Amino acid sequence: MAVEVREKQPSDVETEQLATGCEAIAEAIRLADVDVMAAYPIRPYDGVMQAAAKLIANGKMDVEYIVADGEHSQFEIVKHACAVGSRVFVGSSGVGWFYAMEAIAVTAGLRLPVVAICGNRALDDPGAFGCEHNDALAVRDLGWLLCWAETAQESLDFALTAWRVGEDKRVSLPVAIGLDGAFLTHSQQIVKIPTQSAVNSFLPKFDLGDRLLHPDNPITIAPQVDQDWLMEIRMQNDQAMRKALEVIAEAHADFKRLFGRGGENPYLDEYMTDDAEVVFIGQGTLSLPMKVAIRKLRKEGHKVGLVRLKWFRPFATADVVKSLSRFKAVGVIDRDYSFGSPFYGGVLYNEIRSAMYSVEKRPTIVGFIAALGGREIEQPMAREMFDKLTAAASGGLRSGDITHWIGVRN
Amino acid sequence: MSDTVKTDPTGITIEIVYRGIFQKTLAQRICRSVVLAARKRGYTGTAFGRYGDSPERNGVPAKYFAVVAINDLELEASMAKYEPSVVDIAVAVDDTLVKGVESWAWYGRQPIWKPVHEGGAVLVTSDKTPEDVLAQTDTAERPYLLGVVPGLASFAGLWVFKDDHTDYRVLGALAKVVPQWVRIEDVKALIQEQTKDGSAVASAQDGYERTQLRQVKVGEGTPDHEVLQFDKPGWTTMRPGVIVDARKPGERNPYYKKYGARTLRPVVNFDTCIKCTMCWLDCPDECFEVTPEGHYEVVYEACIGCGICAQVCPVKDCIVMVDELKFEDNDDKWQMWKTDHDAYNRWFEQKSGVSADPKKVAVASSRAENAAPGANPTTAGGED
Repeated sequence: MAVEVREKQPSDVETEQLATGCEAIAEAIRLADVDVMAAYPIRPYDGVMQAAAKLIANGKMDVEYIVADGEHSQFEIVKHACAVGSRVFVGSSGVGWFYAMEAIAVTAGLRLPVVAICGNRALDDPGAFGCEHNDALAVRDLGWLLCWAETAQESLDFALTAWRVGEDKRVSLPVAIGLDGAFLTHSQQIVKIPTQSAVNSFLPKFDLGDRLLHPDNPITIAPQVDQDWLMEIRMQNDQAMRKALEVIAEAHADFKRLFGRGGENPYLDEYMTDDAEVVFIGQGTLSLPMKVAIRKLRKEGHKVGLVRLKWFRPFATADVVKSLSRFKAVGVIDRDYSFGSPFYGGVLYNEIRSAMYSVEKRPTIVGFIAALGGREIEQPMAREMFDKLTAAASGGLRSGDITHWIGVRN
Repeated sequence: MSDTVKTDPTGITIEIVYRGIFQKTLAQRICRSVVLAARKRGYTGTAFGRYGDSPERNGVPAKYFAVVAINDLELEASMAKYEPSVVDIAVAVDDTLVKGVESWAWYGRQPIWKPVHEGGAVLVTSDKTPEDVLAQTDTAERPYLLGVVPGLASFAGLWVFKDDHTDYRVLGALAKVVPQWVRIEDVKALIQEQTKDGSAVASAQDGYERTQLRQVKVGEGTPDHEVLQFDKPGWTTMRPGVIVDARKPGERNPYYKKYGARTLRPVVNFDTCIKCTMCWLDCPDECFEVTPEGHYEVVYEACIGCGICAQVCPVKDCIVMVDELKFEDNDDKWQMWKTDHDAYNRWFEQKSGVSADPKKVAVASSRAENAAPGANPTTAGGED
């Protein structure tokens, strides 16, 4: 009998693509061998729909691709598919994310490891496509893990990590990946596509174990309860979220070993912080113009750096505190708003401020609301933030100086 | 002056100005290929469409960008942006775009060379000479290099890419003016890999060799184009509750005029018009005003050149679609017909290439040569 000599499959060789963040996510869906994805178009998330549909049409991917009648059904579909043991993918943006909110909330309660992207988009009205983080941030209290990517490469890397962490039995929670609309979802960058074999050794098969909804395993999911039950259920979610921190660290270490990427710290990236006196902290792609600004400021002799928070939920309190307590002042850049919050600050600002409360020698913390609605961080804005931050660091904060809106026309 | 473009040593930025939707894939292909060709020598890059554009709207000017940088660090300065404020080269893949770009994404109207730095280049795909193209381009405020890549504008149908090698010829032209970033051998190797088609590779070489270059000095070009520039309101001057004033009945939008979407314009023979109202009824932009005699005149500031009026008009050659580059202004032509009937008809015949006299057949130059309804994808197919 003739032995069939198979050529090495392309997927066994690491390749390179010029791909958008959305296209990189579609590659991750292929590599993770996702069983079911549900789709409903809204910009900028819909770039994933198109890219995934193309992979299927070109015979490169086999996935049950269900186009729903709206975002609510879309998230319900993957929730149910996940309960019967499917690895799933879903996503949306802006008001679409909010339309799905009931399904989003129950998915975390049911401990179903759905992986979603939120292509960050300002909430209507007015109709706008630009990037704001308030859409994804709406899940911050619900039991979803939540991270933000910086590049198309990291989008792919985070997606693979999301299935691994979310599906881990110690966690078993849904994961959302924030992708800044336009800047990440729709800009094509060079992306390394890992080999299938490397992905297989990083990402085990999805196994719900005895929680699998199947005729051979008779269970009822989500019966009605009264006041005697819910607190214990919430406690389980709390414990799972606590566990997620160490599972993320494990996945990060494995990822680095297998793919050689991922940075020093699983939860945050530091840039030019070694001798820094003041730093900025923010999420997503705003790090890119901020790094350019920091290099310029460094040339002028200013000791300034940047911390980019990768994981927002779980919030890596110990790592964040350890990092930020080294500096004289911290400028928190929020691409979000929280109207009427303490000091009228952004969401990230108040999280950071709260985390730093117990530090004995607290840095001065200044909040910047910037780049809303997808406005770019331009170099003069970075300079303005730096000037305000250094002034606060040397002169102390007055109550009116805590939160600054940057780049607003009067 | 040199026939190549001097750029920053760390990278190059190129913008493609195109017409939505008919050229969206074309623009994307050019930008991707610029990055992929540069990748062959170890550079990195990014390609992206301007996010605020609405490239699905027929004919509306939109932009796509390619940035090449020597490394990831240098590329960061060009990332997380909607559009570069300065570009080394602007490419207009339809020559009527040199009349100015009023896009969905940009508030106002800008000259085609607006983001191009001093000594940068404007490349235009056109069957006209550099002189003819320059005659319709806004007065230069900085010197730049004008290049005409020979060929008609490549308009695909909706969602379809027209593979007429325009992308390869533009890549060849880019290799001509920025050989330090886009090497012709890399372009040809990339096209060979992608297409395995020798004629596609030859088209790149053709663009490289046949692009006509002309130095443009400050002051050259036309000062006649309308200036549209507006200040944006601040938070203290905006009305609360996301409210803007509506237009009053009969008033046209002074902030967004849309005529920049036009590649062909309708000219009307008022002598043969039977006042049937069809053009007035079917115009999707309500461009027709009723004259005291009951004729219908085109308000060119509002007309996007879709050609529907010419299609629904029951009278042969009463409304003729004509190449937009043949016109300098948006002036009302009914007044001209009213005051000097013969002069108007001579003007009509000269522009349209058809007789204004209904009893005569077409005058010397044929309609097909002057007016090209087939070039407009919204009307193409109606007569074929």
